[in-house]
Amino acid sequence: MFLSSRAKLNQCGYLFLRRFKGTLVIAEHNEGKVVPITYSAITAAKQLGSEVTVLVAGTETSSVVSEVSKAEGVNKVLSADNEAFKGLLPESLTPLIIASQKQFSFTHIVAGASAFGKNLIPRVAAKLDVSPISDVIGIKNADTFVRTIYAGNAIQTLKAKDAVKLLTVRGTNFAACALGSSGAPSEKAPACEIKNDISFWINQELSKSERPELTSAKRVISGGRGLKSGDNFKLLYELADKLKAAVGASRAAVDAGFVPNDMQVGQTGKIVAPELYVAIGISGAIQHLAGMKDSKTIVAINKDPEAPIFQVADLGLVADLFKVVPEMTEKIDQYISK
Amino acid sequence: MSMRILVGCKRVIDYAVRIRIKPDKTGVVTEGVKHSLNPFDEIAVEEAVRMKEKKLCSEIIAVSCGPTTCQETLRTALAMGADKGIHIEVDGKDYETLQPLHVSKILAALAQQEKVDLIILGKQAIDDDANQTAQMTAAILDWPQATFASKIEKENGNLKVTREVDGGLENISVKLPAVVSADLRLNEPRYATLPNIMKAKKKPITVKKPSDLGVDVSSRIEVISVEDPPTREAGTKVESVDELLEKLKALGRI
Repeated sequence: MFLSSRAKLNQCGYLFLRRFKGTLVIAEHNEGKVVPITYSAITAAKQLGSEVTVLVAGTETSSVVSEVSKAEGVNKVLSADNEAFKGLLPESLTPLIIASQKQFSFTHIVAGASAFGKNLIPRVAAKLDVSPISDVIGIKNADTFVRTIYAGNAIQTLKAKDAVKLLTVRGTNFAACALGSSGAPSEKAPACEIKNDISFWINQELSKSERPELTSAKRVISGGRGLKSGDNFKLLYELADKLKAAVGASRAAVDAGFVPNDMQVGQTGKIVAPELYVAIGISGAIQHLAGMKDSKTIVAINKDPEAPIFQVADLGLVADLFKVVPEMTEKIDQYISK
Repeated sequence: MSMRILVGCKRVIDYAVRIRIKPDKTGVVTEGVKHSLNPFDEIAVEEAVRMKEKKLCSEIIAVSCGPTTCQETLRTALAMGADKGIHIEVDGKDYETLQPLHVSKILAALAQQEKVDLIILGKQAIDDDANQTAQMTAAILDWPQATFASKIEKENGNLKVTREVDGGLENISVKLPAVVSADLRLNEPRYATLPNIMKAKKKPITVKKPSDLGVDVSSRIEVISVEDPPTREAGTKVESVDELLEKLKALGRI
């Protein structure tokens, strides 16, 4: 009796799996921790309406597997440990993803639209001979997606005709999934030969900062050419620390060497959508607006009343930043909610 | 060893133009709008020319896929120092749905035909913002990829590439042949001088069709609509720091 009902259940499960082959999310991780955009990718995967499998590949994956298996909505975690995955080079990861795809026939493969996802997903897509969809901001249904083109100045809705859909998703448009207490089951990813003798990871030079990470911060303060020097950015850091904000920059400030390029917000830098974005000494070129115009509240401080940034700012202050930024830092304690 | 380099040159609406959406929402108005070489491709061409100046490269081949007007874009690359151009003619409907996957197959076929050692492309085109072509070309050829490059050095026959990643920089080494995609900070592209523009007119441009390379350009996506993004409500100007902070507090932002 028990056996036969179990057999039936298995059969149902089997049919279920056959009809809905599910979505594979490629987990991004660094130094044994899940990178937050992975949780946004899981949210996007859930919207596709079928089972969600997460693939964790690396040199030592156990801590990442236990972390990501707690994400709500994840049905299964595949793990693959191999020295060849050092630095997560796409030349090594691609054969693993192709092997997983062969075994499980996913309908969708999803990753966050970070430097990692953008580097990897198109390589996998070409191997599968499909056209990937980059930086998706909305999912209408399993084959219809929304994305921006022309630096965020146009919104394109498209239908993907390929059998397998490969997507990178914009982290700021999909809230991170919740983390539960119980973990999804994990298993070893399909075995495949990973031999990469064409690319070699040497090292990373990461900018160290105590401040929140730019793309996930609730508040962001950004500086532009108006700051005049790298030293003057400390005015922004002082204000940012009181607000627990991340600090960003325009391309002009990066090109002038005021700050490192990983702080750049814009079409070619990071895309942010915090609750509060304060643009200081930034004119507001199209390319910068592409990276921040979905922020909830935008404040602009600029001495030029004609600066385009004022056209998107909710609150604008026409003033010399060197006077008003220190004044804000001094007065903010009286206003800030504890 | 002296390399043969292939560079990709996409003709796009100039970066400074404020684009307009067609009233029927099928796309963006391109007729009568200023076009130029995609800024990231300009950087790719500049890098190839610098490699040639350092005697690391023997020939630079510039490629563009699209309508006849792409030949102007190729002339820009030739004026910057590329040696010859290849125009892959794609028109009309096929051009509207031409995607990175198609361009990658074309570039891969050309790379083999022309026996190149290195392909340098821009990291993304500023119109479709896809950021895919370099990665896909590398995949089709089974070559290594070094994307978002901000520094390229030749080291023991390999290329050592500094990549711009989320937290900072990453250094990798790739074996040749390889595909590299250029980030903004790789270099400062030169302006073509008038004598070089004149010389570029004499450089050869070969015209081919995707079918000559055995590439099928049938569309893999259907564009349902192209629309304006939501516009933001006009904001207000405040007079003082106190007023600004009061309003932010009232909004619950601080």
